[in-house]
This record gives sequence, C-alpha cells and structure tokens, in this order.
Amino acid sequence: MFSTAMSLSTAAVVAGGAVRPDAIRPADLRFCGLRREALGIRLLSASPQAAAAAKRKVLAAAATGNGAAGSGGFDYDLVIIGAGVGGHGAALHAVEKGLKTAIIEGDVVGGTCVNRGCVPSKALLAVSGRMRELQDEHHMKSLGLQVSSSGYDRQSVADHANNLASKIRSNLTNSMKSLGVDILTGFGTVVGKQKVRYGKVGFPDNEITARNIIIATGSVPFVPKGIEIDGKTVFTSDHALKLESVPDWIAIVGSGYIGLEFSDVYTALGSEVTFVEALDQLMPGFDPEIAKLAQRILINPRKIDYHTGVFASKITPAKNGKPVLIELIDAKTKEHKETLEVDAALIATGRAPFTKGLGLENMNVVTQRGFIPVDERMQVMDADGNAVPNLYCIGDANGKLMLAHAASAQGISVVEQISGKDNILNHLSIPAACFTHPEISMVGLTEPQAREQADQEGFEISVVKTSFKANTKALAENEGDGIAKMIYRPDTGEILGVHILGLHAADLIHEASNAIALGTRVQDIKLVVHAHPTLSEVLDELFKAAKVTGIPQAVSEPVAA
Amino acid sequence: MAAPPAPLSLSASALSARVRLAAPASRAAAARRRGPMVVRAKIREIFMPALSSTMTEGKIVSWTAAEGDRVSKGDAVVVVESDKADMDVETFYDGIVAVVLVPAGESAPVGAPIALLAESDEDVALALAQAQTLSSGQPSSPPSDAAAPPAPPPPAEAPVAAPAPVGAGTKGIATPQAKKLAKQHRVDLAKVTGTGQFGRITPADVEAAAGIQPKTKVACTPAAAAPVAAPSAKAVPQAAVLPPVPGATVVPFTAMQAAVSKNMVESLSVPTFRVGYPILTDKLDALYEKVKPKGVTMTVLLAKAAAMALAQYPVVYASCRDGSSFTYNSSINIAVAVAIDGGLITPVLEQADKLDIYLLSQKWKELVKKARAKQLQPNEYNSGTFTLSNLGMFGVDRFDAILPPGQGAIMAVGASKPTVVADKDGFFSVKNKMLVNVTADHRIVYGADLAAFLQTFAKIIEDPESLTL
Repeated sequence: MFSTAMSLSTAAVVAGGAVRPDAIRPADLRFCGLRREALGIRLLSASPQAAAAAKRKVLAAAATGNGAAGSGGFDYDLVIIGAGVGGHGAALHAVEKGLKTAIIEGDVVGGTCVNRGCVPSKALLAVSGRMRELQDEHHMKSLGLQVSSSGYDRQSVADHANNLASKIRSNLTNSMKSLGVDILTGFGTVVGKQKVRYGKVGFPDNEITARNIIIATGSVPFVPKGIEIDGKTVFTSDHALKLESVPDWIAIVGSGYIGLEFSDVYTALGSEVTFVEALDQLMPGFDPEIAKLAQRILINPRKIDYHTGVFASKITPAKNGKPVLIELIDAKTKEHKETLEVDAALIATGRAPFTKGLGLENMNVVTQRGFIPVDERMQVMDADGNAVPNLYCIGDANGKLMLAHAASAQGISVVEQISGKDNILNHLSIPAACFTHPEISMVGLTEPQAREQADQEGFEISVVKTSFKANTKALAENEGDGIAKMIYRPDTGEILGVHILGLHAADLIHEASNAIALGTRVQDIKLVVHAHPTLSEVLDELFKAAKVTGIPQAVSEPVAA
Repeated sequence: MAAPPAPLSLSASALSARVRLAAPASRAAAARRRGPMVVRAKIREIFMPALSSTMTEGKIVSWTAAEGDRVSKGDAVVVVESDKADMDVETFYDGIVAVVLVPAGESAPVGAPIALLAESDEDVALALAQAQTLSSGQPSSPPSDAAAPPAPPPPAEAPVAAPAPVGAGTKGIATPQAKKLAKQHRVDLAKVTGTGQFGRITPADVEAAAGIQPKTKVACTPAAAAPVAAPSAKAVPQAAVLPPVPGATVVPFTAMQAAVSKNMVESLSVPTFRVGYPILTDKLDALYEKVKPKGVTMTVLLAKAAAMALAQYPVVYASCRDGSSFTYNSSINIAVAVAIDGGLITPVLEQADKLDIYLLSQKWKELVKKARAKQLQPNEYNSGTFTLSNLGMFGVDRFDAILPPGQGAIMAVGASKPTVVADKDGFFSVKNKMLVNVTADHRIVYGADLAAFLQTFAKIIEDPESLTL
C-alpha cells in the first residue's frame, strides 16, 4: 500500500524538532532518520538466522579506525550512491562503526526529503496550520481571542520553505564533512564487483573501489502518461513546494499523503481544491475508519470536492487564455466521464524510483518497474534471484516502504550487517505520518490487513478506540477532533497496528511504534505512566482500554523480551 | 470506552399512523398508485438514536447526507455526538432525505424525529408538508425549535443577485465551494451567473444568489493591505450591552429576526441620504378603484410606477458592492417589504417594468401567500434591486426607511390624505396628497439623480394611465 505513498511527508518528525542551531554538535545530527537506539534492536524473528549470518559476516567486519584507509586494498569500506536521508543515515552510522565511507551525490545533498519533500512541505504546513487557526473565527472566539484580519505574503511563505530546506541541507552536509565522510560529486555507476565510477553524466572519469556499495538514489515524482507538465499550471510536488503561485482552484490528482498535505496548504491559503482519485475511496492507503473520519474533518468542511474512481487520462496546461483541462475517464470502463476546467493541477500520483544509469546491467540486476529488487537485508537480487555480494539498495529505490526515515533505518540496518551484526528491519514498526491539521499517523497493520492476517493464521484480533474529545489537553486547545485506534491480539497482547487522527498525532505515534519495535505487549505498556494533562494520555487510555484475555502459558515457547 | 463504537443503525420507523392522520394526501396518493388496499408509509422519520443507556438527548454534529440526497440502507446519514465520541448513524431504509428537522449543531431528545426520509421523489413534497405539520402540531418539540423550517434562515432584506459584468458564463462550471454552498443554501446553480474566471460560478456568486454577505476572501497580499476597520467594529456594541432590568424577559432572535438585525447593523456602514417628494394621487386613486375588482392592489400599482420610473434611471437600482464601482443591475426587481408574523420579509416582483399590472398582481398574491407560509425560495426574497415600503395603510404620513445592504435605494410611501394645495395660479383646492421619501446610497446615487427619479415617478402617479398599458 505504500507504493503510492512517498517520502514527502513523513520524516520531519525529527527534522522539525531536532534542529536547534545553537546547540548543534555535528555528531548528534540525525535528520529525517530514526534514532540509532531504536534500530539496534535485533528482532526476535531474526534470531534463528542470526548466528549463522554473523559468522558469514565476520570476514566483512571492518576493524579499521574512523576514517582510516580502507582495508584489504579497497579505497573505501563503504560507498553510498545518493546523499539523501537514507544515504546520510547510513553514512553516519558507518562512521560510528569505524568504516571508511564515501557518499556520491550528483545533485544536492539532502535528496528529496530535504530539498523537495518533507522539509519544505513542513514549512508550508506550519504556515497553513496558523492561517487555518487565525481564520477560524469560531475557534478563536471560543478561546476568547479576537483577530481582526489575517493575510499572508506568498513570497515570504515560499522563502520560509526555501530557507528551511537550505538550512537543513547545510546542516546535513556539515555533519558528514565533520565526521570525515568523503562527499564525491557526480553521478555514480556500478561498473563491476565492488567498483564504482562517478563524474558528470556520461563522463564517469573517476573510479573507486569499495568493499560494500549501497545504492540510495531515491525517487522522482511519478507522472502518468497523458499528463503534460509545464511547471506553472500543471506541476508536481517539486514545483508546488516552491509556492510560485496560489491558484484560485487547483485539482490534486491523487489523495495520498502528498495530495492530502497539499490540500491542507492550498485551502488554508485560499484555494479551492478538487481531488481526482483513481480508487473508489479517498485516502486509500489509510485505515478505512481513519480515512472516513479524516474525510469528515479534512475534506468535507473545507473548500474541497472530489471525483473518485476516475483516472485523469489527459491534462493540458493553461494556455491561449484557456484554463487547465483535465479529462476524466472511468477507472474501470475507461469511458470519458467529464472534463474539469481548473486553474492548476498538482500531480501527486506517487513516486517512481530513480534508478537509471546505475550500471545495474553490469551486475546482472534487472529492475522491476524501476525498483531494484532486494531481499529482507536490503541486499540486491540479480536476475536469477541470487543475492549480489556487497551490493545493497535502500530507500525509495527499492520501493519497500517509501518514507525518508524508512530509508535511513534500512541504511543503518545494512551498516549493522556489514559490520558483522546481522539485522533485519521490521518494517511494520516504522511509523508514517501525514502532517495535515489535525495530523494523521499510523504504524503497523490497518484493521483490514490485521483481519486478513488473523484469518490466515487463525488468531483473534481486538480493536480499541479512544477519542481526543475525552482528552483534557486537546479540549484545552479546543481541538477535540480525532481518535486513536489500536488493533491487537487479545490472546497475547501483541500490538498489531495503531492509527491516530488528531492534534499532534505525528508526535504521538512513537510510543506505539517503539512498543511494536521492542515487542512490548499491551499488558505491560498499560502500566506505564503518562504525564497529566498531555495528549499522550490519548494513547494511555487506548492501552488501558485494551483487554488481554489469555496471557499465553509460556511453557515451551520463549517469551519475547 | 471499552466497546468499539461500531456504526449504529438508526431506527427509522414507519410512521404510518401519523402519516395517515396528519397528511391525508399521502394516503390518497398511495391509493392512486398502489390500489386502495395497499396503504404504505412513503415517509419515514429518522429518530435521534440512543447511543448509550444514559443518553437523553444528542447533538447533531453534521449531516453526512443533505436534503435531497438519495441514501440507501446502511449509508451513514448523520453524525451524532455522544459524551465521548461522534458516531455515525446509518439508515435502515432506502430513500431520499426530504427534510432535515434538526440542523447540525442543534440537539434533540432521544427518540425525537430529526429528519424525514421519503421513498421517492414524489413523496418529498409530502414530507415537506408533514414537516410543517410536525412543527406546528408538536408543542413538546425539542429545544431550540427542532422542527426548523426547511428553508435556510431567510435574510429579510438581502443584496441583489450577482449581475453579469463578465462575458456570460455559458458553461455553468462551479468551483468546489460554490457547489457546497449551493447545496447548503439550496441555490439552483443553473440559475446563477458565474462572474469568476472563465465565467465560472464562484462561492461569492452563490452567496449573492442566496442573499448572504460574502465573507472576505483570504487576502493573498501583504498583510498590511488587509482591511482592518470593518471587523473591529464588532467588539464595540457587545461591550455596550447593559444588563437587563430585573424581571425582563429575554427572547432570542429567530433566524429571520437575526437576519434583519444583521442587515440593519450592516447598513450603518453605507452613507445614505434622503429626498422627499409630495405627490397628488387623485388620479391614481381613481385608477385603483377601477382596477381593484380585477385584483390589482395599491402595492402593485406603486411598484409598477416605481419600476417604470427606474427604467429611466439605472443608477437608482444599481448597487455599490465594493465601495469603488457601480454595479448596474440587469433587471428591475422591486422588493416589497411585508410584515409577517414575528418578522419582516421582502418578496420580490421580478422585472416589474416588463410585466403588466395584472400579471404583477397575480404574482404578488402568490408571493404573499408563500411569505406567510414561510415558503419563499431564496431567489424570491433576495433578488430585489430596489425596495418599496408602504406604511400608508396605517395612516402614517411619512417615514424614513433604512437602506438594505446591496441596494442603491429604498422608497418609503406614506398615506395619501386630503390636503389643501395651491396650484401655480394660486387657486386652492383639496387634493389627495402622499409623501414619498427615498433613502439612497450616496456613494453611487446623487441628489440630482434621486430628484429626477422622483419627479418622473410623480409624473407617472399623477398621470397614471401609462400604468395600465
């Protein structure tokens, strides 16, 4: 389900909060990445293979000092192609593990997240959140506030987003430089086993050798055929984040994370929005109940309408005094349904991997719809289904979970392995968030996914919900909209999924994602204490509401730590 | 909340007994279609469900289905707030949501009808009739007038339908918000002329058609440029409210009264002036006696005369919408103030200059009937471009009218009374004389304009034969 979701929106949980320029020590920087502590966890499911794998990797474990010359005649212990959030996370962790590391970047350090994704979009969303609040007379009045008028200057808003991106970008660059990561400029190509060339496109003049190679080239916005991008009236998130205009009426093609966040921005800035969604429901990636409530809170009361079950088969930019024309066809019958006339169209139909020119053919690797096939350890698989030694791929390029912090987590997992410690990342413990107002966040399975799994594996699931309406802090803020929902196994107390829609949901999810990552059970977490009054009590109540019926008799099975 | 609040099913029960009692037409209609033996309820009540054992009343958070929406069994139609969460409430039956009795934001006791579900299009009218019966026949109706009138609160005096300064929007494309507003205020988009880019219908167009003062759009300009004066004025009157004298009863405004109040306060921001004119009405009175048997009323004669005079002075039925331009309206729509029970409404005689007095009279009769039944459609009370107010029947000899927002002028007509007048040769005689007083927006209508208009109006009244043409 996440193949249509992307890195745009997600990782700024850390990016927004962690940067305190006055207190930066380069070694502490972690942008859009998971904290290393959260990833050192070896998962239970990995343990049977762990011993064998560790043996396998023993030879590979580099024992060199921080930044020392690569061992065994290699220029580097690790070369990372692509300095996005995934590559950055991997590089920093590699240095910590004592690997001599280089990172190759052909564009700008920071990749999509920092330059064209999560980071600038958070700046725009910060503005939209405040605008929304200031414009909500009823809300202001109920707090006793009087606001005479609200307005904004588009260019200043755009500058805010741009400044934030460049600040984070330079922080990222400095953090790698100060740790001694070599930043090599150019496009990298794998020319053979443990061999990479880089340089300008078509002139890969420099060749280096590396014990291990990580491909972390990320993705670009996906534009379906028939859609003509002009960058002014028909554009992707790349252009939209520059906020060069605020159209009166914009169609957003795709109602996933990106589309939803931009609808929040545009409606707050005064635009009207029309969603075009190919599936029958808006927000198809979300838990259906959350999507339904989100529609009630984020779509229905706003200046938004939508067409579902339709494809935008042709989009023509505005020209010759004509508006943007969007031809809609039925997603099933392919019959023409309607032509929309709008001022602008944002194409948010997902992201496509950026994997051309990597020299994968040299390694007998065939991409699948552009994605590089990998195994559960992110090791690249060749055309015959065998793992290619010393070659890994992380992040959007492998398509496993297209989120900035997932890429970083995968990178750290790879570094753990090549340093001799087997590690398999549990993707179900990776949280995702959509930074609308209020926010949406989730981790693990949706209710239908959990039910399917329960049917297949023959266990029961239970669902509990709590409401922000019952939370003191949320009511104090006059932001009682929203729910939290947990899907769990009543027999074992295992948490399968948590979904939150409400104030600061993106910040609240980590208690649940950490519990899933660490294997904490409901019966244990319900006993921990939450400060009162805080929003975290929404989750506290959720855990407390859950009933664990049969705690299994741990006779022969080892109980999870 | 231990149990997950699964969507509840709603008890929409057939209300056959009451249908038969309250709305015999329903039975007749059913009989016609289905034969005399089968009498089935075509209209079902949707009740406020009990979401918990302790719940006594519930608040409607929002209606997911709007009036006129077709719903099928299992669809969520309404969101009801309980003590902890909002819950979706589903319908048991297929049908059309004919009338929402309890609008969003209001509460109703458990078991009280909150909407009527009609089985088919034809039954919607029956449901409307039933809604009326419910509202009048249920003295113990839920608080805050749960049996709300089906129409949105009618603003008593309202700005004019948007003119079409831009090239005619033939395509009728409406923006998302325009569509939402149209649904909310029951504005037929086909009748709204789009003034937006490419002739599209904007929210402002719909609001104008529904008679709502458009809200200021988010200013996409440096914040300093945003107007500050208007909104800040709001705080002042609130502060000045004195506590009521002990023993006084406070009766909140009805929606209509609130609309009147709002419009009146808004009128304070318009610089108005007044010009009075004496008019002899002997000939008009004689004409009135002649046409009275044909159903023509004095109101219609005055409206017609005003319309004919207005035809020569477009500025008098123009409006000043933004303080920096004239908006010339395409038709002369005479709004006539009518006192109704507990309020005031202004049914509109559209294109009064083009229709003859007999047609106008016929129309007027219908409008008054609808007004008293509170059934006027928005375009029937908010499309006026000039207002006429007549208190002559009470013996009032002259009065001032307040200019309704969005219009250029309003005419106040006093009683016609026998008066001694001297003609130009100095001869005295007793003639019937009435005083008319016009209030106008001086930003667009100047003294000379109004004087010339009144002169023409007086000529028509004093030589009224042209009225019958």
